[in-house]
Amino acid sequence: MKPELIVARIEQQSPGVLERHSTAYDGMLTLETAPQRAWELLKFLRDDEMLNFHFLTTLCGIHYPEAKGRELCVMYQLHNWPKNVRVRVKTYLPIEDPHIATVTNLWATADWMERETYDFFGVVFDGHPNLKRILNVEDLDVFPMRKEYRLEDGTRTDKDDRFFGRTGNEGRRFD
Amino acid sequence: MEIQSYFSSLDSLDGELATLNLGPTHPATHGIFQNVLKMNGERVVSAEPTIGYIHRAFEKLAEHRPYNQITPITDRLNYCSSPINNIGWHMTVEKLARIEVPKRAQYMRVILMELARIADHLICNSVIGVDTGALTGFTYMFQERERIYEMYEEICGTRLTTNIGRIGGMERDFTPAFHQKLRDFLKTFPERFEEFNSMLERNRIFMDRTIGAGPISAERALSYGFTGPNLRACGVDYDVRVMEPYSSYEDFDFIIPVGTQGDTYDRFMVRQEEVRQSLRIIRQAYENLPGGPYHADVPAYYLPEKPDVYTKMEALIYHFKIVMGEVPIPKGEVYHAVEGANGELGFYLISDGGRQPYRLHFRRPCFIYYQAYPEMIRGAMLSDAILTMSSLNVIAGELDA
Repeated sequence: MKPELIVARIEQQSPGVLERHSTAYDGMLTLETAPQRAWELLKFLRDDEMLNFHFLTTLCGIHYPEAKGRELCVMYQLHNWPKNVRVRVKTYLPIEDPHIATVTNLWATADWMERETYDFFGVVFDGHPNLKRILNVEDLDVFPMRKEYRLEDGTRTDKDDRFFGRTGNEGRRFD
Repeated sequence: MEIQSYFSSLDSLDGELATLNLGPTHPATHGIFQNVLKMNGERVVSAEPTIGYIHRAFEKLAEHRPYNQITPITDRLNYCSSPINNIGWHMTVEKLARIEVPKRAQYMRVILMELARIADHLICNSVIGVDTGALTGFTYMFQERERIYEMYEEICGTRLTTNIGRIGGMERDFTPAFHQKLRDFLKTFPERFEEFNSMLERNRIFMDRTIGAGPISAERALSYGFTGPNLRACGVDYDVRVMEPYSSYEDFDFIIPVGTQGDTYDRFMVRQEEVRQSLRIIRQAYENLPGGPYHADVPAYYLPEKPDVYTKMEALIYHFKIVMGEVPIPKGEVYHAVEGANGELGFYLISDGGRQPYRLHFRRPCFIYYQAYPEMIRGAMLSDAILTMSSLNVIAGELDA
């Protein structure tokens, strides 16, 4: 199943749901959709007989602090076992109000994965049956995987990346 | 109310449900996790798992470590089979850096990964024996695991948290002592393993205790994201080694055992057969072990020989750069999965070209399938719930990351 075929099928069956698509470094097709339509796209990918992405391999959050209005990314990775094709679905949310519909009604396994993403990134999965922290303590008041939280004292002046010729995003401190 | 009416009120003691804390530190949980059980007499009405007791923020840590320093973090995921995690991580980085590993290193890795799978399955299955009341097999299988650990020691110097191999290949070639130990193991282990097997496989007490305990249907297992032996026990033959062969698994002849009922007995049997298949793979890999180098010729990633560092300028530069985390890392996203002892262990890595990952997400099979536990034990006896947990082989390190 070629990537073009998957994209064509989605655009034919539910037009407008795809915002962008690309092939990642590892060759996996990446589909991008608006958060409001993510559930619809995932359901289509799962239920369409031709595509048959029946297995939710994993789901995780990613934080891009510089991307205004689309700071938080939720990545779903699906797998069609009979044809052995994997696909990624990404959707971007604003950090002020990161809401997205839950997919626990599509896959039971999304339950803890979404709780983990909520726990670490603060993404709110609307309709989740039990959205609370899972690995961190319940009274934690930050979402620790967001990039602003460093591992150690941010005032340290040694380990300065500029001495190694790196600047910008690539030169984040090496704690 | 719906759950309470699951059993007629006649069954419950005084018509009341008891709350029972199973764990977090109870010997029967084999790790630090808590289950708050609602009990109706001796039957489980509902369970609420609490996890995270040994959460060590691996994904956060990984964003602050150069690539070679992330390997020791992966040790501590499923610490019963660390080499699989280590090598899975190396292969992820090699996929990102487009490094081709020589055949000999690939075969060496296969041998180590299959040894790790055997060690992991031995623990799981002998613990199922312990939980059904058969302690003896466990004590014997631990001696066999010890021999596997001694082999790790020959390869990497450590036993439990192995940090085995390097990006680009293996850290050192198999030593003569390793060859001796492996040959010895291949000769004597099968007989001892079959002895252990004969203790339990057709044992009436064992069968009565495990058949029908904690079953799950293939459909539910798929919805819950099961992979590995727990899924295969339900009759679905998904195995990453066959689906997307890595490290030359396509060269070896082995079968994927499956069960039918998805209960504790099937999980036990699938793991038992996988041990035999792993032995087959090790034999094939060892007998056909190719010659040649045991690591790729990638001086920018692979540490030079120590004497060269003292005598050659180039080696010194590379040594310095690697130790300081200054290796060339392309930008890009990769996902690499290996068949861990408990299922598909995936590494989702986003690199922005920096010396540490921008984001590293571990797809941890234990974390994913353990959420099915409350459903699997609902309505079961407490003693079956214990058995179900040990047969799922939930490893706290992998669960909590």
